[in-house]
Amino acid sequence: MEQQIATFAVKKGLAQMLKGGVIMDVVTPEHARIAEDAGAVAVMALERVPADIRANGGVARMSDPELILKIMDAVSIPVMAKCRIGHFVEAQILEAIGVDYIDESEVLTPADEAHHINKHTFKVPFVCGCRNLGEALRRIGEGAAMIRTKGEAGTGDVVEAVRHARAVLGEIRRLQAMPEEELMTFSKEIGAPYELVLETRSLGRLPVVNFAAGGIATPADAALMMQLGVDGVFVGSGIFKSGDPARRAAAIVKAVTHYRDPYILAEVSRNLGEPMVGRQISSIPEAELIAGRGW
Amino acid sequence: MRIGVLALQGDFSEHIAMLRRLQVDVVQVRLPEHLEQLDGLIIPGGESTTIGKLAVDFGLIEPLRQFGAHKAIWGTCAGAIFLSRDARRPQPLLELMDITVERNAFGRQIASFEVDLVVPELQLVDPSAQPYHAVFIRAPLIETVRGEARVLAQLDNGRIVAARQRHLLATSFHPELTDDDRFHRLFLHMASEVRQPRAAPV
Repeated sequence: MEQQIATFAVKKGLAQMLKGGVIMDVVTPEHARIAEDAGAVAVMALERVPADIRANGGVARMSDPELILKIMDAVSIPVMAKCRIGHFVEAQILEAIGVDYIDESEVLTPADEAHHINKHTFKVPFVCGCRNLGEALRRIGEGAAMIRTKGEAGTGDVVEAVRHARAVLGEIRRLQAMPEEELMTFSKEIGAPYELVLETRSLGRLPVVNFAAGGIATPADAALMMQLGVDGVFVGSGIFKSGDPARRAAAIVKAVTHYRDPYILAEVSRNLGEPMVGRQISSIPEAELIAGRGW
Repeated sequence: MRIGVLALQGDFSEHIAMLRRLQVDVVQVRLPEHLEQLDGLIIPGGESTTIGKLAVDFGLIEPLRQFGAHKAIWGTCAGAIFLSRDARRPQPLLELMDITVERNAFGRQIASFEVDLVVPELQLVDPSAQPYHAVFIRAPLIETVRGEARVLAQLDNGRIVAARQRHLLATSFHPELTDDDRFHRLFLHMASEVRQPRAAPV
C-alpha cells in the first residue's frame, strides 16, 4: 500500500501533538538539552533570542545551518527554525537540513514587504504569526499548518500576546454569532479566504493549532494564555534570559498542563529566581515594534 | 462506560471529541485522584518525554501501573511509547506492555505519512474488513513483541505498528486524527471485557 507523505493532515498533525505544551527558544545544544529535560515539546533553534535581536539591531536572518544541525543532534524532540518573511530560499535550506517545522517569523527582518512564502509547495510544515483572525486565515490560506499569535517578542511583556489572542478568539466568537448572509462581507473586511471563514465558523476555532507567543515570561503568563483559549505556548527570551532557566522552564511546562489549578500554579511559581528584566511595550518607539511585520 | 484521557500534554482533546461522539462519559486525567471510577484510560499522542516527565512530577507513574494491571489502557504514538517495557533510551515508562519501541523510527517530520493498513482485529467491532487509513506523525515502531503481547497491524515491510496484550493496546499511529472510530470502538470493547460492575443505583 502506497504511503503518502507531506499531506496537510500530516503537517497539521505534528502541531496537534504539540498541544498543551511549551516550545522554547534555544541558542546552543546545551540550552536544547535543558529545555528537553524540563519537558519542552519542541525547541526553536536560533542564533540569538528575540531580546538580543532587539538589543543588537541590524538585519536578523536565518540561523547558521551548522548550529541548527547541532541542536537537532542534541535532542529527541522536534526542532523548529525561523526564516524571514517571504524568504523562500531560507525555507528551502531549512527543509533541506530536515528541520521539523519552519517558523516564517516577524522576529527576523522581513525579506519581502508584500508577500509571504507559498507554504503549500513545501514538504515541511510551517507556523506563522498573526495579530487577528484575518492575518491567521491568510497564513493558513498560504499553507501554514500551525498559527501562533505574535505578541511582542523579546519584551517579557505579555500585553500584546493577550491583545492578539483576544482579537483572534473574539473574532471567532463574533463570526459564530453572525448570520450567513454577512459572511462574505466579513471575509472581505478582514481580508480572509471565504472558504476558511466558513470552516472556522463551523469548527468554532481556527482550522489549525493555535499557540500564543511573544512576551511570555512566567508560569502565570503561560496559564493566562491557556485560560484565554490557546492550545499551547512559545517561550522565547523568557527562559534563557532569566536567573534560573532550568527551573523556570520546568515550572512553565507544569503551568501549561495545570493551567486551571491555581494551587498548582502557586506551587510552581515559588522560588524561580529573577525573571527576564523585560521592557514595557508602551516605552518602545513604534518603529522598533516587530508585530506589525507581516501582511 | 467512563473513560479517562491522560491530559498532561498532547492531542487529548481529539480523543475526547471521538469518545463523546461515541456517547462515552469522558474524564481528563491530570492527577492520580482523577483515575478513580474509570473503566479505561487513553494515553494520547504528544511528546513522550514531556508526558513521562509530568507523570513523574505529579506522582502518576505508580497509580497508572496499578490501573493498567487490571483495567484497559490504550496508548497512541507517544502513549504507546509510554506503555512499553523498553524505548531504547532513558526516559520514564510505565513498562506495562511487553513491547520494545523505537522512537522516531521513520526519521524527522518530513518522513511522516499516511497509509492504509489491514487490521483483522477491527472485525471484533466492524465486520466490513475495510482497510484502516492510518496517520503516522514522527511515529515510533514496535520493534519486538513478547510474552502475551501480539501483533495487530504491520506495514508492507513487516514492521509492527499496532499490538495488543490482553486489555492493553498500543498503536504507532493516530486514530484520533481521523473520522474512523473503529479503533476507539475496539478499545471500548476491550474496556467492557475487563470492566468491574459498579454498584447498581438503588
